Amino acid sequence: MRELICISCPQGCRLTAEISGDSWLITGNRCPRGEAYAKQELTDPRRVVTAVMPTDDPAHPFIAVRTDAPCPKAMIPGLLNKLYRTVVKTPVKNGDFVIKNIDNSEISVIVTENI
Amino acid sequence: MVRLDYDVVIAGAGAAGLAAGTVCAQAGCSTLIVDREGRTGGILNQCIHNGFGLRYFKEELTGPEFAYRMSEKARHAGAEFALNSAITDIKQLEDGTFDIRVLSGKDGVTHLHARAVMLAMGCRERNRGAIATPGERPAGVFTAGTAQKLLNCEGKLPGKSAVIVGSGDIGLIMARRLRWSGIEVKAVIEIMPHSAGLTRNVVQCLHDFDIPLYLSTSVIRIDGKERVEKVVAAPLNSDRTPDTSRAFEIECDTVLFSVGLIPEMELARKLGVKENPATGGAEVNSAYSTSVPGVFSAGNVLHVHDLVDFVAEEAEYAGKCIVDYLVGAKTGKEFSSAAGKNLKYAIPNRFAAAKATRFLFRPTVVTDRAVLKAMVDGKSVWEKKLAFVRPAEMIIAEVAADTLHGDVTFELEEL
Ligand SMILES: Cc1cc2nc3c(=O)[nH]c(=O)nc-3n(C[C@H](O)[C@H](O)[C@H](O)COP(=O)(O)OP(=O)(O)OC[C@H]3O[C@@H](n4cnc5c(N)ncnc54)[C@H](O)[C@@H]3O)c2cc1C
Ligand code: SF4
Repeated sequence: MRELICISCPQGCRLTAEISGDSWLITGNRCPRGEAYAKQELTDPRRVVTAVMPTDDPAHPFIAVRTDAPCPKAMIPGLLNKLYRTVVKTPVKNGDFVIKNIDNSEISVIVTENI
Repeated sequence: MVRLDYDVVIAGAGAAGLAAGTVCAQAGCSTLIVDREGRTGGILNQCIHNGFGLRYFKEELTGPEFAYRMSEKARHAGAEFALNSAITDIKQLEDGTFDIRVLSGKDGVTHLHARAVMLAMGCRERNRGAIATPGERPAGVFTAGTAQKLLNCEGKLPGKSAVIVGSGDIGLIMARRLRWSGIEVKAVIEIMPHSAGLTRNVVQCLHDFDIPLYLSTSVIRIDGKERVEKVVAAPLNSDRTPDTSRAFEIECDTVLFSVGLIPEMELARKLGVKENPATGGAEVNSAYSTSVPGVFSAGNVLHVHDLVDFVAEEAEYAGKCIVDYLVGAKTGKEFSSAAGKNLKYAIPNRFAAAKATRFLFRPTVVTDRAVLKAMVDGKSVWEKKLAFVRPAEMIIAEVAADTLHGDVTFELEEL
């Protein structure tokens, strides 16, 4: 039996997962997203990454960005390194891609503000 | 600024000001939203992490994304903006309307006239002085929000290794931000027996990085000559004094304080609105009107919210009430409401019995099962069962019209 806390919304439900072979019994979740979270977290934990990247505009030297989907935890340090070293060419607007399909993961990085 | 006379002037273009402004403008009221910053969105702009909008937009957004959507809504509705403009004074005139003094770099001092005013100035961080930690005064001590702004808006790293004092959400979010920026986080130290932030933030910002959280522990000293060198902390005895025999040291060059927020009330004080000592904000009735008729308040300047979604909902409702006020609607007979056992505060402080009211509470206890009771003349006249009660999470309770006929005290009973 594994215990974990769902982080999909501010309720923070305390979940327990009983795994026997291929069958999963998840309890404690107050909505179906908790079950999906537990399965994901116990097999392939992922997080949305947010960061600031340097830009080529001296008036706005940094821009906020995020991944467009949760990113496998093991990929995060390498991704952050890349983000801090890449200069974003302006102008850009909310939702524009800065890095597409990182290492063929189908996850991309988008900007979250207009510059 | 095109004109100087408005139906509504809103002080602050954060989530609260934008939400209320949208509703007022949609109803056809001439609306001006004033902010001292050069961009709309308020505190959201420095909160580049995700976790905003699940309830309001049914989507998980970052702070700047939430701010952008709210700003667009207000613009489309026809609200006007005056940015880089600080409101320095508001006076009520004899006819009940308002004179608003605005200071901007471009226009100097201008005066606006409005029939109603909305206070949406947000809150500021308690600083270290407010909790007075002994020790030298070396460089490297910041409030968590200041460090957040440095890092997220100016790209500046505050130091190399940090201790965070206080486990509020800003402190937790900053623990992860520091780690993701290559800065070591040695510990988070919390004086209470439970975290002051949301559980999800403890998980994704501390557990994910194996950062220790010391509960019921107090920082007794910060040492360092020019720069911070170490923090000395001690667990609390049962009488809540530090047990110095068990004191321990943590080496670090940076200390972030995340010890709470206080409503930005200067302007409200000048207007003479009645304050609520339990929230640090104004007293309001169920129409979000302060004790000065025509002055409304919502968002973090009214009480500190953990979720922007609730700020937006509350301010939208306040916006509707401003529109009602401008067309001369009457609220009807009002009763008072107060916070009793296990509750820090109840909002609103007065309510109209003939209307359904949404009450908001801040609990003081951690419990998994509780019942919220409305007591009138010593008798419980309304009850609601609650699961997972935490001081970090606001309690919301809708009470139907014609349920409470008298002054009410709310109590939270642990089951
Ligand atoms: C660090 C941090 C992390 C957070 N994390 C989350 C999260 O993960 N999820 C979530 O849902 N919520 C989160 N919140 C809560 C949420 O973001 C806030 O509660 C909300 O944005 C507050 O909105 P507001 O409009 O009341 O105040 P603010 O955004 O503070 O806006 C107030 C505005 O008023 C302006 N102002 C003040 N005084 C004057 C004056 N005299 N004249 C002109 N302008 C003035 C200020 O410049 C500011 O722009 C977080 C909050 C903080 C601080
Ligand atoms: S299970 Fe559902 S309600 Fe509970 S924390 Fe997860 S998403 Fe939220």
